[in-house]
Amino acid sequence: MELSKETLTKIEEVIPRYPEKRSAALMVIHLVQDELGFISDETCSWIAEKLEIEPINIKELITFYPMLRETPWAKKHIRVCRTLPCALRGSYGTCKILEDKLGVKEGHVREDGEFSIEFMECLADCGEGPVVMVGEDTYENIEGKNAESFADLLVQEKLDTSKDFTSYENGLVSKSPVSKPTKKK
Amino acid sequence: MIKKNTPQERRIILKHADDPKYSNKIGCYLKNDGYSMLKKAFKMKPEEIGEEVMKSGVRGRGGAGFPAGMKWKFLDRKSGKPIYLICNADESEPGTFKDRQIMHKDPHQLIEGMMIAAYAIGAKQAFIYIRAEFFKGAHILEEAIAEAKEKNFCGDKILGSSYSCDLVVHRGAGAYICGEETGLIESLEGKRPNPRIKPPYFPAVLGLYQCPTIVNNVETLCNVKHVLEMGGEEFAKIGKPNNTGTRIWCVSGQVQKPGYYEFECGALTLGEMIYDVCGGLLPGRTLKAVIPGGSSSKILRADERFTGKLKDGSDFDWGIEDIPLDFDGPASVGSMSGSGGIIIMDDTVDMVEAMANINAFYAHESCGQCTPCREGSLWMKKITKRMCEGDARHEDADLLLSVANQIEGRTICAFGEAAAWPTQSFIAKFRDEFEQKAKNGNNKPSLQLI
Repeated sequence: MELSKETLTKIEEVIPRYPEKRSAALMVIHLVQDELGFISDETCSWIAEKLEIEPINIKELITFYPMLRETPWAKKHIRVCRTLPCALRGSYGTCKILEDKLGVKEGHVREDGEFSIEFMECLADCGEGPVVMVGEDTYENIEGKNAESFADLLVQEKLDTSKDFTSYENGLVSKSPVSKPTKKK
Repeated sequence: MIKKNTPQERRIILKHADDPKYSNKIGCYLKNDGYSMLKKAFKMKPEEIGEEVMKSGVRGRGGAGFPAGMKWKFLDRKSGKPIYLICNADESEPGTFKDRQIMHKDPHQLIEGMMIAAYAIGAKQAFIYIRAEFFKGAHILEEAIAEAKEKNFCGDKILGSSYSCDLVVHRGAGAYICGEETGLIESLEGKRPNPRIKPPYFPAVLGLYQCPTIVNNVETLCNVKHVLEMGGEEFAKIGKPNNTGTRIWCVSGQVQKPGYYEFECGALTLGEMIYDVCGGLLPGRTLKAVIPGGSSSKILRADERFTGKLKDGSDFDWGIEDIPLDFDGPASVGSMSGSGGIIIMDDTVDMVEAMANINAFYAHESCGQCTPCREGSLWMKKITKRMCEGDARHEDADLLLSVANQIEGRTICAFGEAAAWPTQSFIAKFRDEFEQKAKNGNNKPSLQLI
């Protein structure tokens, strides 16, 4: 298992934030998973040693928390909100469109490792549902025809440059002033 | 067009949230008088701040509605152990999306509220436990904390005083149960988030690392800043007695304009919210049901009459549209305002499907520690799913009810109730639809919710 210098530095920086090393477990796992995509048994042992706990103490987290992984998702991981408010606005249909256009079933990774889709429980953006996340970016009101062009852009790798779909959070992370979420009704 | 008599929003917490000229950077926050309340706080004695919060009557905005000042009073100060403050930013009750707005758009308001609270309770360290799906939110908070530290609003020797308190952003990993405060604490200790039993594990006495700990919601902590600005008594004049301040209502589901709206508590009714503020239902639809406080709260049927006595002794006789939006309104009709997540359902919704959707959520999110909840939530999901797949039996409604009744009150944490209440209320209010399913066999509903 090899980690970049950057990740190692971040790990060293995160651990002392806590009064007890074990508290840093989730944050360290996130950092490692962000780079490697999943946590193997070998990685479990490495993290455990870092935090001066047993490998099982890490393994029990990986096997409990839905966002921690023992196998990697695809290069582009799509999260679709499944829960009631989004479902009432058509998220099951959205998921179906994405499955068809991306050629992979929900919960699976496409054979070539390009796309994976996951039905998520409530993403806490219910007023703008159906909500779809691509990697760390959140897209709102992805439904019907809209969902079809969204999926097409994903397949063509043009979503990032598209003006029709923007992730409002991205505007907030940069230095630019806060803008209202883009509505597409 | 907004009608003349439409109740107007009163934005206190979200005052700047959607102002295109406002940014989430510290420069902008300072220009808008930011951190002046922290400076004011440091001229006061910590217990005076607690007194103001007590006088304000501000109730927790996370779901349970427990008075924040009271929670602070329970803090065990005699133990000599360090005290911790945790902001519950796990926002995961289906239908709730208010804390997301605050953290992404006005993070310094939360940081200021937190540092005032930390000083008031004498916290050694403070944490923001944020759900992992808020990737950008965590990033924004980290940046904001770095800015605040640089200006000496948190960290070492705050504002040149002898008080130091570090603020740390901690990310969850996709588990709803981490919103339950003792589960959150276990998670922050690096463990599985299995909730602790109360008593003895009240966080104010035995919390993080078995030390006295206060866990407050994002919106609640922001309110602390405004309590200090107005003074507890003035704050208590907003809204109604026992329902003070504003609330951010999150409306989702089948209305024209879903979204987040901040109103004084009790300033409007559910009907005004649906028809005036949210522009009414979708064309040609009629109202069928409302879940008033996040998916755990009990569902209300559109054609019900609600009668009873209010806390002040007066009688009420309401239709669904007359229910006042505050803490006590939804509670007096047998539900709750919970986290403020109002889910609207119209006549196109198949209630068994909606039930199956909710049950799938709770089955997925049960931590598995208590048998009634682990097994019961799974069975409720299986039964409702089977019913939607054309294999409903006439005894299913009673079967579901018996499972739900055996979860409620038999679990370590309130998740058991959260999982049981939807089933109990759906069957109480829509039993006819559950029974009809068995008679109709394979009819295809118009919406797909499962």
